[in-house]
Amino acid sequence: MIETQSVAADALPDTCAALVQERRARLVVMTGTDERERGRGFGLYYVFALPSGALVSIEAQIDPARPEFPSVTRVVPAAHWYEREVKDLLGIEPRGHPDPRRLVLHDDWPHGLHPLRKDFDGRRTVARDPHPHGPITGVRGDGVIEVPVGPIHAGIIEPGHFRFGGVGELVFQLEARLFYTHRGIEKAAEGASVERVLFLAERICGACSLSNAVAYSQAIEAIADRHPGRRTRLIRSVLLELERLYNHVGDIANLCAGAALQLAVYQGGVLKERLQELNAEVAGHRYLFGVACPGGVRRDLDAAAQARIRRETGAIESEFRSYVDALLQTESFMERLVGTGVLEHDLADELGAVGVAARASGVARDVRASQPYAGLRPGMVTPVLRTEGDVRARMLVRVDEAFASFGLVNDLLRELAEVAPTELVTPIGPLPPDRWALGMVESPRGENVHHVMTGAAGEITRYRVRSASYNWALVPFAVAGNLLPDFPLINKSFELCYACLDR
Amino acid sequence: MFDRTRCDLNGACAQVCPVGAIAVAASFALDRARCISCSRCIEVCPTGALAQGLAFAVPERTRRALVEPPPAPLAAKGQELATRARRVLGRSLHVRHLDAGSCNGCDWEINATTNAVHDIQRFGVDFVASPRHADVLLVTGTVTHNLEIAARRTYDAMSEPRLVVAVGACASSGSPYPSGYASGEGAASILPIDVFVPGCPPRPEAIIEGLLLAVGRIVRVR
Repeated sequence: MIETQSVAADALPDTCAALVQERRARLVVMTGTDERERGRGFGLYYVFALPSGALVSIEAQIDPARPEFPSVTRVVPAAHWYEREVKDLLGIEPRGHPDPRRLVLHDDWPHGLHPLRKDFDGRRTVARDPHPHGPITGVRGDGVIEVPVGPIHAGIIEPGHFRFGGVGELVFQLEARLFYTHRGIEKAAEGASVERVLFLAERICGACSLSNAVAYSQAIEAIADRHPGRRTRLIRSVLLELERLYNHVGDIANLCAGAALQLAVYQGGVLKERLQELNAEVAGHRYLFGVACPGGVRRDLDAAAQARIRRETGAIESEFRSYVDALLQTESFMERLVGTGVLEHDLADELGAVGVAARASGVARDVRASQPYAGLRPGMVTPVLRTEGDVRARMLVRVDEAFASFGLVNDLLRELAEVAPTELVTPIGPLPPDRWALGMVESPRGENVHHVMTGAAGEITRYRVRSASYNWALVPFAVAGNLLPDFPLINKSFELCYACLDR
Repeated sequence: MFDRTRCDLNGACAQVCPVGAIAVAASFALDRARCISCSRCIEVCPTGALAQGLAFAVPERTRRALVEPPPAPLAAKGQELATRARRVLGRSLHVRHLDAGSCNGCDWEINATTNAVHDIQRFGVDFVASPRHADVLLVTGTVTHNLEIAARRTYDAMSEPRLVVAVGACASSGSPYPSGYASGEGAASILPIDVFVPGCPPRPEAIIEGLLLAVGRIVRVR
């Protein structure tokens, strides 16, 4: 059960601050809604997690005649991007927000149009302003140079615009313009069928597809109060760990590209390729699309598939071990990572960092430990922690987590072998009206939160996705004070998806 | 895989398709540019006309040729282009990748073509950092409105002769993202496409085949 408190909009900052200070809560997601058709106003839902894992929702209704509220960001900094999103997408003004610039919408988007308002038709195209004013504030001064990069980058990577300001090679400030791959997924989900939204959830991000599909499915199952059986949940967990493995192993290999250690890029690339071919072999897809669905999974892992996973992960684990040993002994490489791109503990904590980036800065956040889901039991996962917060720490967290995942896959398979084959999907049926639920999954990048709400007829009326790539808000802090040529290394150590963030 | 002799045109597949890729009227037609390989059609097919295939979906030169079964033999114009491309470019090919609003799945598969297993460089194909250096633009994504200007400028920066290969369902047709305020309708809506590589995402082999098809190193015989 989620504890809810409805408060007046003006009481939001005090209520949220008290929750953080007195009950050591942390902000998990904030979702804005347009409930005017239901005879209400705009809704704001600040959802917090307590140290016990229990969730608390602070909710406020906003008068549509005066769409504004006092910003919570000044007292709970983790709210900063959520409130900017609400301003862009719903046209609700966070009064006193320290950085009220646009976030999701780009500067050529016309004023006064807000895509998540119910009276905005998402299927229409919108004429853009041909002469927009940029939001980049920039750095000025003697000898200061600005280096613009992107949105189209030199490598095979996703689009985003970066503006580095500094003197010589030293970067003072990084401004990132993101949301280039904004596809309107949340809007498209409104009124769509449960299955149609599943296809969109799987395609928010290719590399976190299963995490997103399971998080969405968990939210739907919680709303319907229909839950998949033990076998299905174990299969989900096995495959989610395989998703983590191909990402973590591949991300370590790609980190080597940031230091031009080509041999290790290729060696690690082969291990990633083998893990993805294993995915294809046992689950039918290299990125695990089409595996999970609300109510269960669409593919069984029979005894042959289980044996195949055990054998192949065992072989890859021992090769990964010698690969990592060689990396750790390559001083010319490791030396580049030490003290580079430090994310301070307090900053990570207060700005709501999640996943690898949080844990490498000593912030113990791992959904698998705090809110065990699918086939996981409490205590099966202990967050891997480091305190240095630099590129090396983020690499070592991935290394240790990969080894833990190899072990976890085996533990889960042992349990799976003891559960008799059953129906793989629990029928969900029509969703009850006026409910909402969160689905939370620890993706390879961190905590992914899917917030699903139903309307008067049980239809999906709001689908809000906050992926771990919200960590993008932290990257500029880790870059300031570093050398420009170290940016690729810092960037790859966070390894965030643009697609996951942009939606 | 589609077996025409077993199909009784019952239309169950078209009803269950989440992306509108199947039309059943006087005959069965699957638009592979829209297909995301979710296999719902195979599960509901009562006659067994549809079955899981071992082969990946094959790249084609035209959007029309992606409709299964293929309506027409290879367009003569496509063959002409391939011959010309081969004459000008020889056997080496420099490729520029352009993410025009994808889920990043196709982009990771393009990355995988360069790993030591798929090793696209054995075909003389290399990825370059600038469109100024490229013979081929490899486009992924639905072309979001936020990327439209950047996508056009990337193409404009290339010198002739230049080819464009659309990779994946959303680049080929926009599917499964809804076109509207944010998403467009695929790369063909703003760029001339020489080869479509279907799939969600296509396997690395399919992407390599699409590139080789674009420069005429693979000739299709029907």
